[in-house]
Amino acid sequence: MFRMIAIVAGLGLALAGSAEAQTPRKGGTIRMTAPYGSSFTSLDIHTTQRAQDEIYAKALHRSLYIWDSAEGKPIPELAKEAVVSGGGLVYTFKLRDDAYFHNGRKMTADDVIWSYNRIMDGAKAYPGARYVRIIEGAAAVEKGQAKEISGLKKIDDFTVEMKLTEKVDPAFYLFTALTSIYPADEAAKDSFIQHPIGLGPFKFVEHVPGSRIVMERWDKFYKPGKPYADKVIVSIMAEAAARDVAFRNKEIDTSVLGPAQYVAYQADPNLKGTIAEVAEVFTRYMGMNPAFKPFADKRVRQAINYAIDTDLIINKLVKGKAYRATSWLPLTSSAYDKAMKPYPYDPAKAKQLLADAGYPSGFEFEWTTSQNESWGLPIVSAVIPMLDKVGIKVKVKQVEAAVLSEVVRSGDYQAFIYSQQTGPDPQAALKCFHSSTPQSACNYMNFKNAEFDKIIDDAGQADDTAKRTQLLQKANALLYDEAPVWFFNYNKAVMAVQPWLHGVQLNATELTHQNVEDIWVDETSPAK
Amino acid sequence: MPMLSFLIRRLLQTIPTVLAVVALVFVLFSVVPGSIVSSMSDDADPQVELRLKKQLGLDDPVYVRFGAYIAKLATGDFGTSFRTREPVTAMIAKRAWPTLQLVFTAMAFAVLLGVPLGFIAALRPGGLVDTLAMVVAVSGLSIAKFWLGLVMMYVFALKLGWLPSFGYGDGGLKYLLLPAVTLGVSPMALFARTTRAAVLEIMTADFVRTARSKGMSETRVVKWHVMRNALVIILTTVGLQFGGLMGQAVVVEKLFSWPGIGSLLVDSVLQRDLPAVQGSILVVVLAFLAINLLIDVLYGVIDPRIRYA
Repeated sequence: MFRMIAIVAGLGLALAGSAEAQTPRKGGTIRMTAPYGSSFTSLDIHTTQRAQDEIYAKALHRSLYIWDSAEGKPIPELAKEAVVSGGGLVYTFKLRDDAYFHNGRKMTADDVIWSYNRIMDGAKAYPGARYVRIIEGAAAVEKGQAKEISGLKKIDDFTVEMKLTEKVDPAFYLFTALTSIYPADEAAKDSFIQHPIGLGPFKFVEHVPGSRIVMERWDKFYKPGKPYADKVIVSIMAEAAARDVAFRNKEIDTSVLGPAQYVAYQADPNLKGTIAEVAEVFTRYMGMNPAFKPFADKRVRQAINYAIDTDLIINKLVKGKAYRATSWLPLTSSAYDKAMKPYPYDPAKAKQLLADAGYPSGFEFEWTTSQNESWGLPIVSAVIPMLDKVGIKVKVKQVEAAVLSEVVRSGDYQAFIYSQQTGPDPQAALKCFHSSTPQSACNYMNFKNAEFDKIIDDAGQADDTAKRTQLLQKANALLYDEAPVWFFNYNKAVMAVQPWLHGVQLNATELTHQNVEDIWVDETSPAK
Repeated sequence: MPMLSFLIRRLLQTIPTVLAVVALVFVLFSVVPGSIVSSMSDDADPQVELRLKKQLGLDDPVYVRFGAYIAKLATGDFGTSFRTREPVTAMIAKRAWPTLQLVFTAMAFAVLLGVPLGFIAALRPGGLVDTLAMVVAVSGLSIAKFWLGLVMMYVFALKLGWLPSFGYGDGGLKYLLLPAVTLGVSPMALFARTTRAAVLEIMTADFVRTARSKGMSETRVVKWHVMRNALVIILTTVGLQFGGLMGQAVVVEKLFSWPGIGSLLVDSVLQRDLPAVQGSILVVVLAFLAINLLIDVLYGVIDPRIRYA
């Protein structure tokens, strides 16, 4: 399903084609870039949830599962297999017996249990706790009521039994770097934060804060023949224009592109072939607060969806670097319904709906926004005249990105524009709209709908994948009709990749997060 | 002895300045919206936020936190970063050398080019050299650093291939040159203008006319009377510009991925990492105060008439 709908363009196809056609070369240096800030937060990946940090962590660490971009789902990594029992609540993991930490010690079940217990240390409030909390007894450790997670049991050195609190697929929870497995003996030392040790294909060499992280091949990595490259350098490059020069100058192998560069690269015959793009699992939208009287009426929310020429904004303002959103679930979600059509641009219908709702002359609302170029002030500015046409006036309230996330979680808004992760697990993405989900968690519009709740509950209990998908699609369609948001777009992540770099994966969860052991550089790379 | 008491007095004067800066940053971060907690965790469980606040000491009133911070600061402890959970002193120590490299190289470039340029321009006012020098000076002051940096990258890295466009590399001159020149162009222009104005003024002073009327050669007049007197004004400008450069380095460091205090400061502000922001600003302020103290001392060396009373 995922493969059928994965959006592959430009180099995406070329990359896959050339990677298959040629034998991967051993050696060379992969030169990636970290574009989301001027530094890495920490070398202890358990402590940071920033996408920036997971770029290097994918080379250094491993978790129980890993994201498979081709399959569009997490697959076992440190776990070789999982036997499910207890009505879907008990998972017995057979662990790899050939995974070695970078200090040469073999990973065992003790390391898995120690790592998850560490993440649940309530005093430290590690961000990965929200994933590990699906294990029975994890919350008790977090609250200081227990010392160890009761739902984790070591059967033998390479077998772990895990009891879950609810029927969910743990793969979607235990694949991110936030749940990386650490060496129990080393990670407890203070020196670990300066010299991290993991199970990944590359081991730590050097960190120049604010500049780069260098890693070299770990020869005892468990995948035969991998990694291909000798070295990985992740350079911090927050400025898009600087990345552009460095990419053209062949100093870096990958560069995330913004809307303006996307257009420039497409127009340049020398660069057009370097573009890799994928629909990431992020949905951009304007959330409407039902506590604000006009937005309590479904017809008003629908009217806003009809009143905005979304395609025009995507094409002209976002420069085509986004996919039109039909409902909540993104294109690359396994439950995305291809048959769904977005709200058409129809100001007359919008006016009619407003009149029916008792607002024939429109109304005024305050729209909270950040300055983000793809889902912030520029978009709001373009929408204002469109809403004005149907009588709706907008008062803009501009805040910093860090403030916006607080505003959204506190419900202190009439409307806001945002980008929210809507995958990879469609059930988790839709559960945000379940009435039991607090606003501060991810039910930002404080959505409450009994019919929706029932569909989601039924999907959670469904053992049959097809039936579950069908139910999730139904829930997604209900959201379309209820229109708690203006469905704007799904992010199109775009990265320029040098022609000598092969095996780059179109990762819909975050394009910069690459399984680097699968990437190789050919002899034309200037880095050799 | 006057010098020693002068130094002690100046050092004592830095204490209220430092306290004022620390208090200002503390107050600012207490009133501006946004908190480190939201960037560290978006957990569904509200208890997590409370625990995080407790762990970071953010559940205490501002005055309690401020008092605790000052007490620690008095012992040389800058606290622990909210984001990285590392001591701030260790974080700054890693970043201080690259920033100093950048600022001192930029200053050297600015002084070595700007001062002679202004001098030459002043010796032939209205001439071709003067006109060209002032065009350079005005342009240098007007060009935005971000844009200039990009142009430098484009020309010297992409087109000519002489230098790398970004990064710290081994910290050598090859990597330092482009960011340092980008940072140094604006003070260079200012030094050229200041020097020109100072020299022109001194050239018409009574003591210069007297020296000339006594038959002193023009070279000696310029060297012994004009240059020495102009140096006091130039030195003042250099001192003030050092502080400016420490601040302006933020833009250049971010553009060139230079691992200095500036880029640390940017990320720390955006994520509301108060201890790291405090530490970074404090180091910049202390550097500024130290350099200005040094300049004050140098006044006396250049011009013995200046006394440390």
